[in-house]
Amino acid sequence: METDPKVLVLGIGNLLWADEGFGVRAVEDFHRHYEVPANVKVMDGGTQGIYLVQHVREADILIVFDAVDYSLPPGTMKCVEDRDVPKFLGVKKISLHQTGFQEVLAMADMLGDYPKHILLIGVQPVELDDFGGSLRDEVKKQIAPAIDVALGYLKKFNITVTKRTAPLSETDTIACKVMRLQAYENNRPTVDDACRTGDARVIGDESWIGPKDYDQEIDQILSQDHEDRR
Amino acid sequence: MPVINTPNGFTLDDTGQRQVVDPVTRIEGHMRAEVNISPDNIITNAVSTGTMWRGLEVILKGRDPRDAWAFTQRICGVCTGTHALTSVRAVEDALNIEIPENANSIRNIMQLSLQVHDHLVHFYHLHALDWVNPVNALKADPKATSALQQQVSPRHPKSSPGYFRDIQNRLKKFVESGQLGPFKNGYWTNPAYRLPPEADLMATTHYLEALDFQKIIMTTRTIFGGKDTHPNWLVGGVPCAINMDGELAAGAPINMERLNYVKTVLDQSLDFINNVYIPDIIAIGGFYKDWLYGGGISGKSVLAYGDIPDRANDYSASNLLMPQGAIINGDLTKVHEIDHRDPEQIQEFVPHSWYKYPDESKGLHPWDGVTEPNFALGPNTKGTKTNIEQIDEAAKYSWIKAPRWRGHAMEVGPLARYVVGYASGHKEFTEQINMVLKALDVPVEALFSTLGRTAARALEAQWAAEKQIYFFKKLIANIKAGDSSTANTEKFDPSTWPAETKGVGFTEAPRGALAHWIRIKDTKIDNYQCVVPTTWNGSPRDSKGNIGAFEASMMNTKVERPEEPVEILRNIHSFDPCLACSTHVMSEDGKLLAKVKVR
Repeated sequence: METDPKVLVLGIGNLLWADEGFGVRAVEDFHRHYEVPANVKVMDGGTQGIYLVQHVREADILIVFDAVDYSLPPGTMKCVEDRDVPKFLGVKKISLHQTGFQEVLAMADMLGDYPKHILLIGVQPVELDDFGGSLRDEVKKQIAPAIDVALGYLKKFNITVTKRTAPLSETDTIACKVMRLQAYENNRPTVDDACRTGDARVIGDESWIGPKDYDQEIDQILSQDHEDRR
Repeated sequence: MPVINTPNGFTLDDTGQRQVVDPVTRIEGHMRAEVNISPDNIITNAVSTGTMWRGLEVILKGRDPRDAWAFTQRICGVCTGTHALTSVRAVEDALNIEIPENANSIRNIMQLSLQVHDHLVHFYHLHALDWVNPVNALKADPKATSALQQQVSPRHPKSSPGYFRDIQNRLKKFVESGQLGPFKNGYWTNPAYRLPPEADLMATTHYLEALDFQKIIMTTRTIFGGKDTHPNWLVGGVPCAINMDGELAAGAPINMERLNYVKTVLDQSLDFINNVYIPDIIAIGGFYKDWLYGGGISGKSVLAYGDIPDRANDYSASNLLMPQGAIINGDLTKVHEIDHRDPEQIQEFVPHSWYKYPDESKGLHPWDGVTEPNFALGPNTKGTKTNIEQIDEAAKYSWIKAPRWRGHAMEVGPLARYVVGYASGHKEFTEQINMVLKALDVPVEALFSTLGRTAARALEAQWAAEKQIYFFKKLIANIKAGDSSTANTEKFDPSTWPAETKGVGFTEAPRGALAHWIRIKDTKIDNYQCVVPTTWNGSPRDSKGNIGAFEASMMNTKVERPEEPVEILRNIHSFDPCLACSTHVMSEDGKLLAKVKVR
């Protein structure tokens, strides 16, 4: 008799860069709502890159939640399977970990341990350039449908996960207790407390009066011929 | 630009062909390098640009200081544990919290384990391919490879001709499938690669062995940190309890069985480094020992904060097993003391960084640090705002600030630590250095090079693997003497804290000196500044025109083929900045000659 296939449900991305946190938030939610059998591991991969090779190698079935740039409208969910997965993790680099994860897959392959089945559940981000920010609503709304896709995929392999009678509390997260969603969002310093585009002590300082419109100034410089600027 | 002589001893000349290497870091931000190359292929001007902004204050201000470690742990994918450790030390310093001896031993083991792991992964998976040619390995004779392996490391068990033949076949299949993965887009026909096929096959095989071995190393941090991938940390100690006779169960305290397992991991790590990593460095180094470029400022100005306190809570230089000190102007007879609190010592400058200070001729100490972005390009910039073809280094040109120690640009990292150790008479470091110099038959000056940086990292991995065992024994002895305490929670309650306080925490991250400065006001974070190793090494010019360590390392390097900047990658990768690279090669007039993506 065959042993149960090993399954890894992995969320990757950086919680600190707004929608880049989608993958980690999705596995957090998965873990809170579903109990999994011993052959299934649910994991917050963060931006760990090469350190994840071992976990990928151990998996027969790999499900990855991630923010992916598919050039689709923001908030769109799209799934990709098996050998197509690395293509989507490498073509356009919107995040720092993506080439990393493409390499993680290649390294698992070189060691002869490429997962038999891979499903990438990706969501097109709305906003990445917001350090300390959280998921945008359009992306957050995709967490539940993304988990449903994962459940459907697992079902195909006769792997049963059980819905918990009540979801675990937020503090029972598999990701980071300190950075659980509510605390992360609610305790974010306000714009008044910590200016998101700079430091209030300097912006408010009279010794600095910046140009009115940087973009316009730079465009103007760049629109001149190179020779003129020498 | 006329020819410029920098105060730290370099002659910059931008008349030669300009070449742009646009490496994109995998983990801690993006980075780009531009150089001018003379007609005889020597780099005469180097410009290093950090192309990503991050300000920690915007995420940490107003939060609970006891939580800061978790946020800083997520800044970067590789330094996770080091940032967390630095953060809890900064908070403990601010609040005068002393940690138990066991917590100090466990923290040291975790920090040393990260050094071992990071150094191995850096050498084999991020840097080796600058020296080792995996495609050339396909031409190797497995029998001759086996003989070479047995010669360079008789104790390494994986050395049969059949073993190397199997690996070679696997590589062949991988290459033929067109899926070169991490090996794709290398400059595999470049004469800068000098190893014979057998050495290439041996080293490529160890690339795979190291990849496999890291599963063992990481278990130490999983056991003490309580979970995979992102360990837990605690202000006041470590979050794991100890009960030597306890049951083995998930979430249960550390018991004897788990500790015994840790010991086997530590022993295997030391074996792997002694039997694989060190012999490889010497074997590969032997083929490159006349290629001594890339030293930059490593023989002039180096900085080490020191780390690995022998006894808990004493961060003075004499108690740090990893040496502390600064060397300036190439005077190795004088090791200067470091004070992280002195406003005159560590300062950050921004005249060439995309930030705004009220007075940019002056630097600011991190406790007074401000982070005000100001993205503006100089008038000699070529290209467009979203696709800069050539940066204007006379103006602001980097998102990295320029930290300086008493006004000097400093190199940090394993080589800096070994130079400080050597100069201050650190017995273990000196013995290791002498061993490798003798094995390669090179003078001590050879240390100040890219190869020296790469060798120092290997030596440090060996040292760290040995010191892990030292602290393991210390931990066991202390527990056996009846002390099982791992945390001091006396001041965990914010009501016991002063209304206003400030602190600094420092470590030696695998890639160099790291410190966090914190101000706490009414139990919340008021200001938080990190100065990270890549800020030191990758810094742009300062108000006096001193160039930073990356820029200096590229200077005067000879390149075999200007359109294939393998030498530039060698130099920059040797600092372990965790870079993936896209390379755009320009002709003098800025026209795109070739676009090569590197790893």
